[in-house]
Amino acid sequence: MRSLYNFAFFDEGSKREIRRATLKAIAIPGYQVPFASREMPIARGWGTGGLQLTLSLVGREDRRTVIDQGAAESVNAVSIKKLVGYSTGVETTEETSEATLIQSRHRIPEVPLQENQILVLQVPIPEPLRFVEHREYVTKRLHAERDYSGAYLILFEQIMRHGRVSTGADHPVEVHDRYVMAPSPIPRFDNPKMDHSRALILLGAGREKKIYAVPPYTTVRSLDFEDHPFEVEDVTGRSCRLCGATGVYLDEFLDEETGETYYQCNDTSYCLRRLNGREVSDGAV
Amino acid sequence: MGYVAIKGGTAAIEASIERLTSMRLREGRVLDVDRVRAGMRLLIDQVMSESSLYDEQIAAICIKQAEGSPEEAVFTMRAFRSTLPRLHYSTVVESETMRIERRISATFKDIPGGQILGASYDYVHRLIDFSLTDESDRGAAEWLTAWQGAAAAGATTAHGGPSPSDGATTAHGGPAPPAADGAFPVGRLPKVMDYLRDQGLMKPVTDDDTPPVDVTKESLSFPAPRSARLQVLTRGQTGTVTALGYASLRGYGPLLHPTVGELRVGRLPVYVPDPFRSADKGGAPGSTAGTMPTDEDSYYIGEVRVTEVESVVPVAVPRGEGKTEIEFDLGYGVCYGQNETKAIAMSLLDQCLENPDPGHPTHDEEFVLLHIDSVEATGFISHLKLPHYVTFQSELDSVRKSRRSKQASFSDRDVAVPTRSNG
Repeated sequence: MRSLYNFAFFDEGSKREIRRATLKAIAIPGYQVPFASREMPIARGWGTGGLQLTLSLVGREDRRTVIDQGAAESVNAVSIKKLVGYSTGVETTEETSEATLIQSRHRIPEVPLQENQILVLQVPIPEPLRFVEHREYVTKRLHAERDYSGAYLILFEQIMRHGRVSTGADHPVEVHDRYVMAPSPIPRFDNPKMDHSRALILLGAGREKKIYAVPPYTTVRSLDFEDHPFEVEDVTGRSCRLCGATGVYLDEFLDEETGETYYQCNDTSYCLRRLNGREVSDGAV
Repeated sequence: MGYVAIKGGTAAIEASIERLTSMRLREGRVLDVDRVRAGMRLLIDQVMSESSLYDEQIAAICIKQAEGSPEEAVFTMRAFRSTLPRLHYSTVVESETMRIERRISATFKDIPGGQILGASYDYVHRLIDFSLTDESDRGAAEWLTAWQGAAAAGATTAHGGPSPSDGATTAHGGPAPPAADGAFPVGRLPKVMDYLRDQGLMKPVTDDDTPPVDVTKESLSFPAPRSARLQVLTRGQTGTVTALGYASLRGYGPLLHPTVGELRVGRLPVYVPDPFRSADKGGAPGSTAGTMPTDEDSYYIGEVRVTEVESVVPVAVPRGEGKTEIEFDLGYGVCYGQNETKAIAMSLLDQCLENPDPGHPTHDEEFVLLHIDSVEATGFISHLKLPHYVTFQSELDSVRKSRRSKQASFSDRDVAVPTRSNG
C-alpha cells in the first residue's frame, strides 16, 4: 500500500498542539480543555479522542495496548491497535500491566495501574451537565461558577423516582475538590480506581473536541448524598466461570443449552493472566 | 462459547475486511480513477466541499475506494486532510474576480452583465436517458467536436453565454465564447447586491477585517464569530445543510421569503504570499490578515471552482413608536464546486444565525453548527454498532436494583431509565 502518512499519522505540528492541550488539562484537573480535534481514519464516536491522545504521546520506546469494553480483541480495539501499528510500528502487548500506554473504552483495568503507565480513556460526551443544559455556552459558565446543582439534581430526581440513584455507567465525579467531570462511560465499579490513581489518566473526546485529565494521586470523589452513598455495581455472589475471580467486573452470558446465566471476567487480560498463573501452579503440583 | 469475548475477534475482522474488498471487485471490473473524475463531476464537487479539501484526483480515489458512498469518501478525505501540515495561508480573494461559468439572479430580469445560464440541471427534465447504456468514448468525442464547432461558428450559439444588453434569461449569443474549460474570460461583472446597496435598500455593512477563525485549528466556541459559522456551514453535509435551510424556509423561524440575489459558479484564483518576502511567513491566519500582501508579493497557485450565493432576505426593522420598516438583509453561502442547493441553503442559515433566536432551532447556532458535519454525525450514529457490554451491564444492574428495592408505591413500569447516553 502506497502511503503518504507521517509517523503516528499526524504532522508534527498537530501532535504538538494536542500535547499542549494535554499539559493544560493536567494542570487543571478535571477541566475540559477545548482542542482542535482532527478527523481520523476511524469514525467520530469510535474513539478518536483517545486515539489522538495516543498518537500524540506514542514514542518508539512505548509498549501499548488498546482495550475496548474490557477486551483487547474486541472489534474496535483491534482496529485502533492496527492503525497505531500501521502508522508507528510500535509494539503492542495484550498484557495490560506491561503496557506503558493503555487506550481503553469504558473500562479501567482490574490490575492496579502504575506510575510508569498512562491510561487514555475514550469519551463520547465529556460534559457532565449536558443532560441538564444542552448549551455549551451555559455549561462553561456553570463550571466557572462551580454551579453543580444540575448534576446533583439528576441524582436527586432518580432517588425521588426510583428510590435510589440509578445511573448506569458514567456516574459523575468531582476532581481535586473543584471540577465535576464525566469519567467516561466506565461502570461505577471503576470510579473508585480513579481516586489517587498512580497512573496519569487522560480523557479524550474527539467529536466534542475536549481533552481532560486526572493527574496521578488526585482526589476523585463520585457524587452522592449522605443518606444515599455512592454504590458500585453489585458483583457479590458471582464469580468468573473461567478463572473463578470474585470482586471484579463481570460480563453476563446465557448458556444456550441449559438456559442458565453465568459470568466471565470483563477484563480479559486479567482473566488470561489468572488462567495462565493457575496452569503454571497446577503443573507444579 | 467460553472464549467468545476473548479470542477470535482479529481473524473475523480480517475476514470481514476482505469480504468488503470482494464486494468492490466482485464483478472483476475495476473503476478507472480518471473516469470517476471525468464522469462524476458533481459527486466530486460534493465530496470536496464536505471534506474541505480541494483535490479532484484525491476525491476520485476516495470515491472509488468508498464504492461511491459520499459519506465514506468524505470521511477518508477528511482523515487525509488532517495529516497535512499548513504550509501557507492564501491571501484574501475578492469574489468579483471570479471567472464566471454561470451567473443568475432571481431579483431582476435584467441585471448588468446579463444572466449567464452556464451548465445546470435546472433546465432539463428528469427523464431517464436510456441511451446512456450504450454510450461510447467515440460517440462522446464526436458530440464534443460538433458542439465546439457550433460554438466557434458564433452566431446564436447555445452555450449559455452572457447576453449583451437585453439581459433576458434566454441568454442566447454571448459576445465571446467560453474557453475550452467552460469559463468566460475575466471581466468584472458588477454584483447585483451592489445595486441594492446603492439604492439604500440593504442594511449597511462595515468592512470587517477581523482575522478569520479556523475551526480545524481551534475548536469552536460560542457565541461563534461569523467566520467560524461560515466555515462550519460550507463544510456541512449537503443533505443536512439543505434540510435545515429548508426548515427555516418553511417557517421554523421568522424568516420571510428570501430571494436569490445572485448565484455564481466559477473559478477563483488562489494566491499565497511569498514566504521569503512576507515578514510573518508561516503564521496563523491571525497574524497575516489585515496586512495581507498584494497580488504582486504573492504566488498564483491555481484556481478553485466554487458556487457563491448572496440571498436577499426581507427583515422587519423597528423604527420607534411601534412602527417597523422592511429592509433587506444579506445571507451568504459559498462552497467548493458546483453545489447550488447547498450554497443557497447555506446563505439562508447564515442569515438565520446572524439573527439568533432561541425559540427556533435554525436560529440557534449550537443546534445548527454542532449537528451539521458529516463526519461527526455519521460517526456518532454509527458508533451505536460498537459493543456496549460494559455500559449495558451497568444499566442492567441499576434497573434490577431499582426493581428489587421498588416500594409498593412504585408501579412495575416505573423502572430506572438510564440518564446518559453511554457512547
